[in-house]
Amino acid sequence: MQEVRRVISVIAMNESSVLARVSGLFAGRGYNIESLTVAPIPKSDLSRFTIVTKGNAKVIEQITKQLNKLISTLKVIEHEEMVEKEMVLIKFSANESLADIKALCSAYNGGIVNAGENSVIAMIADESKRIEYFLSAAQKYNPLEIVRGGVVAIER
Amino acid sequence: MKMSGAQMVCEALIAEGVTTVFGYPGGAIMNVYDAIYKQDGFEHILTRHEQAAVHAADGYARATGKVGVAMVTSGPGFTNAVTGIATAFTDSIPLVVISGQVPLSLIGTDGFQEIDAVGISRPCTKHNYLVASLEELPRIMKEAFYIAASGRPGPVLVDIPKDITAEMGEFVYPKEVYMPTYRPRYKGNDRQIKKAVEAILDAKKPLLYLGGGVVLSNASGLVKELAALAQIPAVETLMARGVMGHENPLLLGMLGMHGNYSSNMAMSETDLIISLGARFDDRVTGKLSEFAKYADVIHVDIDPANIGKLVDVDYPIVGSITDVLEKMISLLKHSVKPDRYQAWREILARYNELHPLKYDDSDDVLKPQWVVQRVGEILGKDAIITSDVGQHQMWTAQFYPFERPRQWINSGGLGTMGFGFPAAIGAKRGVPEKIVVNFTGDGSILMNMQELITAAEYNIPVINIILNNHFLGMVRQWQTFFYDKRYSETDLSFQPNFKALAEACGGIGYDVTTKKEFDEALKDAVKQNKVCFMNVAINRFENVLPMVPTGGALYNMLLEHKDK
Ligand SMILES: Cc1ncc(C[n+]2csc(CCOP(=O)(O)OP(=O)(O)O)c2C)c(N)n1
Repeated sequence: MQEVRRVISVIAMNESSVLARVSGLFAGRGYNIESLTVAPIPKSDLSRFTIVTKGNAKVIEQITKQLNKLISTLKVIEHEEMVEKEMVLIKFSANESLADIKALCSAYNGGIVNAGENSVIAMIADESKRIEYFLSAAQKYNPLEIVRGGVVAIER
Repeated sequence: MKMSGAQMVCEALIAEGVTTVFGYPGGAIMNVYDAIYKQDGFEHILTRHEQAAVHAADGYARATGKVGVAMVTSGPGFTNAVTGIATAFTDSIPLVVISGQVPLSLIGTDGFQEIDAVGISRPCTKHNYLVASLEELPRIMKEAFYIAASGRPGPVLVDIPKDITAEMGEFVYPKEVYMPTYRPRYKGNDRQIKKAVEAILDAKKPLLYLGGGVVLSNASGLVKELAALAQIPAVETLMARGVMGHENPLLLGMLGMHGNYSSNMAMSETDLIISLGARFDDRVTGKLSEFAKYADVIHVDIDPANIGKLVDVDYPIVGSITDVLEKMISLLKHSVKPDRYQAWREILARYNELHPLKYDDSDDVLKPQWVVQRVGEILGKDAIITSDVGQHQMWTAQFYPFERPRQWINSGGLGTMGFGFPAAIGAKRGVPEKIVVNFTGDGSILMNMQELITAAEYNIPVINIILNNHFLGMVRQWQTFFYDKRYSETDLSFQPNFKALAEACGGIGYDVTTKKEFDEALKDAVKQNKVCFMNVAINRFENVLPMVPTGGALYNMLLEHKDK
């Protein structure tokens, strides 16, 4: 069976060990996590997890079923029609061409968010695939550090 | 009413109708034990090891259908309990396990006897709690019992820091649980059920595949009704022995690695599997790509994650077996034509004549199968039978004439040696009017033999029949078949004196080498009504047959083993 990439959101009780329950499930059953983000849902006692995973159809089905089975889980969304974004922070030396970096970032919904004596920091937010393009283009300016935020997604 | 957290634990147990708690005290749980001392709502049985406390609660739950309760202290008390919890988890047994924890202020400091109990038990509990305040304790107790028993049952751990059991507060036990995130589905989808019924009507070779879920959901009456109505043959997994009753003409037997020929052939040739509360375990299916190649699959299970996990399913039905079967039966009543499956039943009957379950009896040495059958003849439906893990477990599952669900108690999923004796103690406490027999091996019994003391102290008369082959027999059998008889670390020739051991702990011991001695010993054991070890010397090299070698197709059974 063919492996597919899937973005799954989990709405679960915002309790002390819920992150361990979710991540432990993936570790214990040998499922893949490409990225995982989690934050509380405003004005509720719930948290939202966004998980990017890979697997064949049978594995993906098991992942959603096992996530659903957790006592703390309210809802599992296997995204199909979604808007998906990932944020990246990237640090360059101040000696690189600021104007070029700025132009590159703006092509990817981003810009410079901090400029210091020795370095500048840019931020972009875009689809994961476009993030890959951005990062390879950014290589030209010798990035000092790259921090990816993991995917968040919302159903259209 | 104002009371301590420890008292709240006791009051909650009483409110849940608990009458027996199995446990072992220690520092972090002492407040609760002090409250136990002062109450008389339930009895506490002091096992001599925490693993045994959990197995005993488990045996109690399996025999009675109620939630079993065990209590242990933090650190080593809890880690000793883990094997018991995992055993219950793999067989979906409802338990509430209460563990003490170091005080809140010490959590995370590597305090004395601190261990991350919720962390360790997360993958082997249905759910677990670390109680973070006295305020939430009553709600958590209520939820723990509800989660353990509802949906697909399982063990729930409640880990309680010591300062919380000392703290005083107002006790109000909730009448209901409010858990928007946990809503097990009991009602099967009507459309799916209708489609499944049509598939049954269309099939030529349907087969009922019965698993432990039938026992857990008390659905054996409905299963028998469906089978009788449609005249559909049935196979049972290790966990479902007793569901159909051994005299039921529609029962082919147990399937799987040590299933009988007709059961495994039925599964290999059926055109429609009707799976009820079973989960297509690898010990049942053998090589998956060869498993039931000609069959469509109806899979009824309360746990959606079981459906489609290993085998592709044509008619998935999530719901309780009772609800689904009631609907199926009312649909089939007016439409099913049992004659349609007549040819199929005849084929299976011929398979059974061709290779019935059998063994070669002997006058020189006791055969384990004879012993099991003999107990069946003498005690039959009056006994609850537990077992440990190994050859003796398989012989018991094959040859005991089980008549009803909950008569047969064994660790099927995890295969835990040491389970049988404490589980028998729990079963006997739960159903005192029945005789309880534990079939065990000379290896397994040593893994919880300290429970002799418990059984003697509380006068819990469990009959342990040690089928003694002076081997870790099941491992030895694999070494004989697949490792050229290199008996690496399986020879148990060096043995304790089992008779003296039992006597030293206040029980009775018997040494048995002949059929006559066996009959006398069993008669005496029933009469004496005391815990006993019956040390039965059996043929050392007896093998469990038939056998599907691991990874082999279900229809490729070894039916006999000729020594080269
Ligand atoms: C706790 C535990 N350790 C190891 C095993 C592996 N194992 C399975 S069967 C078996 C041999 C059991 O020997 P015995 O209790 O004498 O029973 P027999 O097979 O001889 O009937 C072993 C070691 C196990 N199932 N459980």
